[in-house]
Amino acid sequence: MFESLQQNLSSALRSLTGRGILTEANMREGLRQVQMALLEADVSLPVVKDFMATIGQAAVGERILKSLNPTQQLTYVVHQELINLMGPVDHSLHFRGEVSVLMLCGLQGSGKTTTCGKLGRLIKTRGRQPLLVAADLQRPAAIQQLQVLGEQLGIPVYADLNAKDPVTLCQAAVRQAKAQGANTVILDTAGRLHVDAELMDQLTQIDRRIGPDQVYLVVDAMTGQDAVNSAKAFNEALELDGVIMTKLDGDARGGAALSVKAVTGVPIKFVGTGEHLDSIEEFHPDRMAGRILGMGDVVTLVEQAQEKFDKEEMEKQQARLQKGQFTLVDFKKMLGQVGKLGPLQKVMGMIPGMGSLTQMMGDTDAEGEMTRLVGIIDSMTPAERENPTKVIDPSRRRRIAAGAGVQPHEINELVKQFDGMAGIMKKMASMGIMERMKTVRQLQQGGMLNPSARLQSKGDTGKRLTKQERDKLKKKKEREERKKKREDRDKKNKPDDKNKPDDKNKPDDKDKPNDK
Amino acid sequence: MGLFEKFKQGLKKTAQFLNTDIRDIFKGEGRLVDDAFLEEVFEMLVRTDMGIEASKELVADIRESFRARVVQMEEILARIKEKLKVLLAQPAAPIRFAESGPTVIMVAGVNGCGKTTSIAKLSQMFIADGKKVVLGAADTFRAAAVEQLTIWAGRLGAEIVTGPSGSDPASVAHRAVAKTLESGAEVCIIDTAGRLQTQQGLMQQLTKIHRVLGKQISAAPHEVLLVLDATTGQNGISQAKHFTEAVNCTGLILAKLDGTAKGGVVVAIRQQVGLPVKYVGVGEKAEDLALFEPDSFVDALFEDMAGR
Ligand SMILES: Nc1nc2c(ncn2[C@@H]2O[C@H](COP(=O)(O)OP(=O)(O)OP(=O)(O)O)[C@@H](O)[C@H]2O)c(=O)[nH]1
Ligand SMILES: Nc1nc2c(ncn2[C@@H]2O[C@H](COP(=O)(O)OP(=O)(O)OP(=O)(O)O)[C@@H](O)[C@H]2O)c(=O)[nH]1
Ligand SMILES: [Mg+2]
Ligand SMILES: [Mg+2]
Repeated sequence: MFESLQQNLSSALRSLTGRGILTEANMREGLRQVQMALLEADVSLPVVKDFMATIGQAAVGERILKSLNPTQQLTYVVHQELINLMGPVDHSLHFRGEVSVLMLCGLQGSGKTTTCGKLGRLIKTRGRQPLLVAADLQRPAAIQQLQVLGEQLGIPVYADLNAKDPVTLCQAAVRQAKAQGANTVILDTAGRLHVDAELMDQLTQIDRRIGPDQVYLVVDAMTGQDAVNSAKAFNEALELDGVIMTKLDGDARGGAALSVKAVTGVPIKFVGTGEHLDSIEEFHPDRMAGRILGMGDVVTLVEQAQEKFDKEEMEKQQARLQKGQFTLVDFKKMLGQVGKLGPLQKVMGMIPGMGSLTQMMGDTDAEGEMTRLVGIIDSMTPAERENPTKVIDPSRRRRIAAGAGVQPHEINELVKQFDGMAGIMKKMASMGIMERMKTVRQLQQGGMLNPSARLQSKGDTGKRLTKQERDKLKKKKEREERKKKREDRDKKNKPDDKNKPDDKNKPDDKDKPNDK
Repeated sequence: MGLFEKFKQGLKKTAQFLNTDIRDIFKGEGRLVDDAFLEEVFEMLVRTDMGIEASKELVADIRESFRARVVQMEEILARIKEKLKVLLAQPAAPIRFAESGPTVIMVAGVNGCGKTTSIAKLSQMFIADGKKVVLGAADTFRAAAVEQLTIWAGRLGAEIVTGPSGSDPASVAHRAVAKTLESGAEVCIIDTAGRLQTQQGLMQQLTKIHRVLGKQISAAPHEVLLVLDATTGQNGISQAKHFTEAVNCTGLILAKLDGTAKGGVVVAIRQQVGLPVKYVGVGEKAEDLALFEPDSFVDALFEDMAGR
C-alpha cells in the first residue's frame, strides 16, 4: 500500500515537481489519492471528508521545497495532520484517591477481558495492587476466562458465579477492594451492541453508581466504517476517558483509530499487539499515522525509495559513462537528482567526483545554484547540450544567457565546469570502484577538484542573504582563495593547464599538505 | 425473508444513528447525474464497507448508464442492487453434507469474530433437525475457551471432546472425529482458536488440523467455515484470502450483523476470493442464526440510506 499510495501520488503530482506552491487546483488529484488511501484504511467516511477539508487548508500555500518532490511534501503534510488529529498523547491512567476504578467497555469480542488482564499486569509492574472484576454475567465462561487470566498473573479476581446484576456486583467489588488491599479496580463488562438500549442503560447504571475514575472503550483495529457509530454511542452513554485499540498485531490498517478519536475526542491510550498479556503498548500517533497511510515510517521509507531510485539512475549513468558518453544532459540529470533528494550532501556524495563539492559549497544556496544551472542547460538546444565546448559561440552564448536570465559569462563558467567534470567522469568510469574512491579522495584532499569556484555565481543568486550569511560566504571565499594560492604554489613545478582538467585527475599529489 | 427480521430490526436502529445526509441525494424531483452526484453515490457505497474497488465499479456503471440524465432514487438504487444481487447469487443449500458417514465442519477466523458462538448456533440448528452433534474444542489456547464451548454443548445437548489447556489442537480434532465415528453422530464441528491471518505459525497449525481431519475421513472437512465479524472493514479481504490459502475455506458466516455494521466487505470478498456467505449471525443466543439471503442482504445494505 505504501508503494501504491506513493505511486499514485507521484503520478498525480508529477507536474508539480520543482517549484511553486501547493494550490487547491494542483493538489486535487493528489488529495483524491489520499482520500482513497484513507478509505482503504477503513477511516469512516464522514471523518475522511472532514480530514480532506482540513488537509486542503493545511497544505494550500505550502511552498514546494526544492529538496522534496510534491509527493513527499503532500505525504508529509497528510502525515503531520494525522498525527495532530490522533494526538495529543496521554498515556496516564490518572490514578487518584485511595481506590481508583477503571472500567472497560465495548462491542462483543473487541478484547475487553484480555485487555483487563493486560492492564492489571501493567499496573502491577508499576507497583499498584489491582483487582479484576468479572462483571460480564452474560457470555458463557466469561467469568472463568477472567479468573484464568488472574491466576496466570497472580492478580485477584472478584467474581460471583451466582450474581445476576452487574451493577450490584461492581458495587460489592469496589467495597471489597480496600479490604483486600487493592487500590486499582478494573471492571470487565460484557460486550454489547451500542444499539441495545437495555444493555447500554445497564452500562450507564454502572457508571452512575460506581463513578469509575476512567472509562475506556476497547476497539478492534479491524473495524470498518461502523467505528464512528459505535464509538459515538458509547461516548454519549458514558463520557469516555480514553480508547484502547486491540489486535494491531495483524495487517489491519487501523483507520478506526482516526474515526474513534474524531468522534469521541478522547485520547487513544494503549494498543493491544497480541494475545499474550504483555502485548500492550502505549499509543503513538506518528506510528499510527504511518500505518494508516500504509507506510511504516514515512521518513525512512521515503528515503529508502529515493535511494533505490537514485541508485538505479546512477547505474544507468555509469553505463553511459563507460561508453565515454557524458553530455550536459547527463550533467543535468545529476543535478536533477540533487534536487529530488532531501539532504543535498547525501546525493552529492553519490555522484562520482562531486562529493567534495558538498563540503566546499558549505551553506551557500546550493539549491539555488542547482536551479540556476538547470535553467541554463534548459535554454540550450540539443546540439549545444551534446557538445557544448565546440558548438557554443558568443552569439549562442548570449541567446542562452537571455533565455536563462543569467549573464553570458555564467554560460562560460558552466561549460568549463562541465568540461572539467566530463574529463573526470570519463576517466573514473573506467576505474574500479576502489580505485575511483581513492581518486576522489585524493582529488578532495588536494583540492584539485574545485568546481565550486565556478559554481559560485558572481551575479545575483536570486537569494537574499542575511548579513551573517554574507559574512560567512565572504570568509569562505577568502578561505578558498588562500587554499587555491597554496595549491598553485605547490604545483608550480608542474605543467598546469587550467583548461585541461584531465590532468588534474592524476593521483600525483600525495605529498601535498592537507589543509584541514 | 422472515429469517432476516432481526437483521432488519438492527438496520432500522441504524437509521437513528447515521446522520444520513445521503438521503438528501434523492430528495425532490430527481437529480442530474453529474460528477457531484456520482461522488455521492460512491460515498453511499463506501459506507457499506464494500471497499473502493467495488464502489468504483458500481459508480462507473451508473455513470455509463445514466450520465447527464435526471434520475429518481429508485432507478439508481435498483440498478446497484440488481448488480449486487447477481454478484452474490448462490445455490440455496448452504451445507454440503457428506454422502455417507458423518459430516465434518471446521470453523476458523480471527480473534473474537464469533467462532465459538457460531458453532453453538450451527449445533442448535443441526440438533433441531434431529442430527447428533459432536464438538471438538480445539481452541486449547485462549483462557476458558474450552469452558465456553463446554457450556454451550451442555445447553444444546451436544457431545464434546476436549483436551488439556495448551495441548495440541490437532489431536483434539482427531479425537473429536474418532468420537463422532464411534458414536455414530451425523455432524462433527471443530472449534479453533482465534488467530490473525498474518501469524504464519498459527496458520500452519490450522493447516495441520485440516490435514488431520482429511486423514480420518478422506472428504473431511466437508465444510470449512470462516467466521467474519460484520463490523470488519477492508481487512476482511485479507482474512478471506489467507484463511482460504491455509485451509481452503468453503464459505463465510457473517456474525454480529445485528448491529449497525453492514458487512459490505463480503461483496469485495466475493469478487476477489469467491467465497460465498452461508449464514449470518444476528445475536448472541443459539437461535440467532439465519441463512444468508443475497437479496435481503443487498436490500438491507441500503435500507437506511434510501430514505424510506
Ligand atoms: N491478536 C490479538 N488478539 C487479541 C488482542 N486482544 C485480544 N485478543 C483476542 O481477541 C479475542 C477476544 O478477546 P476477549 O478479551 O475475550 O474479548 P472481549 O471483548 O472480552 O469479548 P466479549 O467479552 O465476548 O465481548 C480473544 O481470542 C483474545 O485472545 C490483541 O491485541 N491481539
Ligand atoms: N451481537 C452479536 N454478538 C455475537 C454474535 N456472534 C458472537 N457474538 C459475541 O461475540 C463475542 C465473541 O464471540 P465468540 O464466539 O467467543 O468469538 P470467537 O471467535 O470464538 O473468539 P475467540 O475464540 O476468542 O477468538 C461474544 O461475546 C459473543 O456473544 C452475533 O451474531 N451478534
Ligand atoms: Mg469479555
Ligand atoms: Mg472461541
